[in-house]
Amino acid sequence: MANTANLEAHATGHDHASHDHHTPTGWRRWVYSTNHKDIGIMYLVFSIIAGVIGGLLSGAMRLELQEPGIQIFHGLAAMAYGLEGDSAIDAGKHMFNVFVSAHALIMVFFTVMPATMGGFANYFAPLMVGAPDTAFPRINNVAFWLLPPALILTVLSMFFEGPAGALGFGGGWTAYPPLSTTGHPGPATDFVIFSLHVAGVSSILGAINLITTILNMRAPGMTLHKMPLFAWSVLVTAFLLLLALPVLAGAITMMLTDRNFGTTFFNPEGGGDPVLYQHLFWFFGHPEVYIMILPGFGIVSHIVSTFSRKPIFGYMAMAYAMVAIGFVGFVVWAHHMYTTGLSLDVQRYFVAATMVIAVPTGVKIFSWIATMWGGSITFRTPMLWAIGFIFLFTVGGVTGVVLANAGADRALHDTYYVVAHFHYVLSLGAVFSIFAGWYYWYPKMFGYMYNEFLGKLHFWVMFAGVNLIFFPQHFLGLAGMPRRYIDYPDAFALWNRVSSIGYYVTFVAMIIFFYATWEASRKKRPAGDNPWGDGATTLEWTLSSPPPFHQFSTLPKIDSKDAH
Amino acid sequence: MADATAPFHHQHQGARNKRLALVLAMVVAGMVGLAFASVPLYQLFCQVTGFGGTTQVASDNPKGVIAREMKVRFDVNVDQALDWTVTPAASITDQIGRVDTVNYIATNNSDKPVTGQAIFNVVPEKAGYYFNKIECFCFTEQTLQPGETVEMPIVFFVDPDIDDNRELNTIKEITLSYTFYASDSEGS
Repeated sequence: MANTANLEAHATGHDHASHDHHTPTGWRRWVYSTNHKDIGIMYLVFSIIAGVIGGLLSGAMRLELQEPGIQIFHGLAAMAYGLEGDSAIDAGKHMFNVFVSAHALIMVFFTVMPATMGGFANYFAPLMVGAPDTAFPRINNVAFWLLPPALILTVLSMFFEGPAGALGFGGGWTAYPPLSTTGHPGPATDFVIFSLHVAGVSSILGAINLITTILNMRAPGMTLHKMPLFAWSVLVTAFLLLLALPVLAGAITMMLTDRNFGTTFFNPEGGGDPVLYQHLFWFFGHPEVYIMILPGFGIVSHIVSTFSRKPIFGYMAMAYAMVAIGFVGFVVWAHHMYTTGLSLDVQRYFVAATMVIAVPTGVKIFSWIATMWGGSITFRTPMLWAIGFIFLFTVGGVTGVVLANAGADRALHDTYYVVAHFHYVLSLGAVFSIFAGWYYWYPKMFGYMYNEFLGKLHFWVMFAGVNLIFFPQHFLGLAGMPRRYIDYPDAFALWNRVSSIGYYVTFVAMIIFFYATWEASRKKRPAGDNPWGDGATTLEWTLSSPPPFHQFSTLPKIDSKDAH
Repeated sequence: MADATAPFHHQHQGARNKRLALVLAMVVAGMVGLAFASVPLYQLFCQVTGFGGTTQVASDNPKGVIAREMKVRFDVNVDQALDWTVTPAASITDQIGRVDTVNYIATNNSDKPVTGQAIFNVVPEKAGYYFNKIECFCFTEQTLQPGETVEMPIVFFVDPDIDDNRELNTIKEITLSYTFYASDSEGS
């Protein structure tokens, strides 16, 4: 570490630290927080709360789908509306769609994104690049506190009128018109639109903050090509957010004015086209799925390297693979729209472009394996989650290549095969990377070690559970079971039952997770600065656990020989 | 080399951060603008390419008639807010390039004059580019008196160039579909 006078002169970091040397306490520490680490923790807690809500919603769906026929939703509808008989069943069918929609919105916008780009990115990207805090700490605070109102708006939408005489928005997270416009005249849809606006503003502010931090505030010697891969993944993801979210904001604003102010952007009556909404939505929606998974790529790279005691294999290829995935992710959106009447040439293009994404993704998978190859591997809990991630993400990637084919997609569009595919890459891939990061950085964030047995038990039970849920859904989809239905023919009963059992196993895994977290906070086993040994080379491990309220009062200097 | 990419001059840091944030905010504003610009661009794109079954307008058929035959089916939908009964024309099979005239029949069931406007598209959507209308009731709004019944003519032909499109060389029929809306609820 260099300790020159020149560096000392800059040691106060940035403007903010200079007048904030005292450590605020109590509720002020959190509500008024401009500290990237505290805000990161709040994002993680928020994500866990939202994840519980979203997980319980999917539990209701799995309970319903456990057997053919309508089991629970007519009862729920009877409770919510006071209806009886057939009208309760009809209301229950709509309520099922409301649960599907709310589950998707909550998991995408309020669980995965706050955990990766909110929690881990805020906490660790500044640490890894050697910055004292983020570039705009107050904007960071605003970005976080926009999220709870957005979540509340989505949850509230379930209790307001959607279609005439029924509560909630049942149009899926994609919210295609005309179902979301003329099909849902009530205010529930407007709540969802506002929720997405607010969550979008939050994410854009967060993205601007993180890009500025990473581009402008790296420690001396920390060139972009020496930057840890997690910081790279955050940088690429933040740019995706910056380019994709405004398009969603535009599309849902058009929908809002179509619904309330008589415009006809998506209404053929006035010369509009509903398919235009699909183009705009998926121009956002496809980069969005990479927004959810790219930070996971970064997290897993660090873990695989740490527990193999080797630098990551092919660092430059890994970094630029993420850049490539980000670029190509913007030009493949219509592979979600093969059934909308695209011409054959357009379909050919989107098939080819979509398959191209498998190349940089393959580079990453092979580089992780090559990092492990010949390494001194220890199967600590974070490593189990990381290897689980690689396995599950690869399964989801393979079915993604299948679905990229327009011909195959014609049959599989909107079936459970698609549901299985995107849950393997997101619900299993992204969520496993989040748990990997949680166990990897838990000792750093809280200063205590988790219980190794409980962490591993959590992994194995969850690994079994999620595979039980989603692998049978491939069979259901190939057999033709459409998604977003409350009921199905008896022929689909077996694999639906297996899938529902998988949910209960996953539920047990989540109880183990909460117990493990409680146990770790109670037993207070000190973790030390670096519990992982020589393999953990990034800057956060040079600090105490938890790091000081303001770190790097002397900026670290990165030598040219330092590993990534 | 290192300091070129990662300088840390404290007195300039705030200004540099604000400048970058401003650029990034402009990128956001630009993407919002692009989202809205996509609306007219998409319409233009549909009209030029026939994308999504947008049909063409012509004054006559300069390209002659070819031997291949095409069946044209006619379909109609009426919006709930428009109290009309509309009967589509019977389907017609003719040589490609031949100019044909068919009639839709519309009746105003209400007790007051009502103005309606029809919008249209064709399936297969790729055929929209080759479906030419010389005259159509859909070009203008139609006002029907209470109880009035009128014939609504369409004069059309299928462009013989359709025979050169290998995506459409197995197509034996084209469906032209109209949807009637009450004109007063129209946005423009």
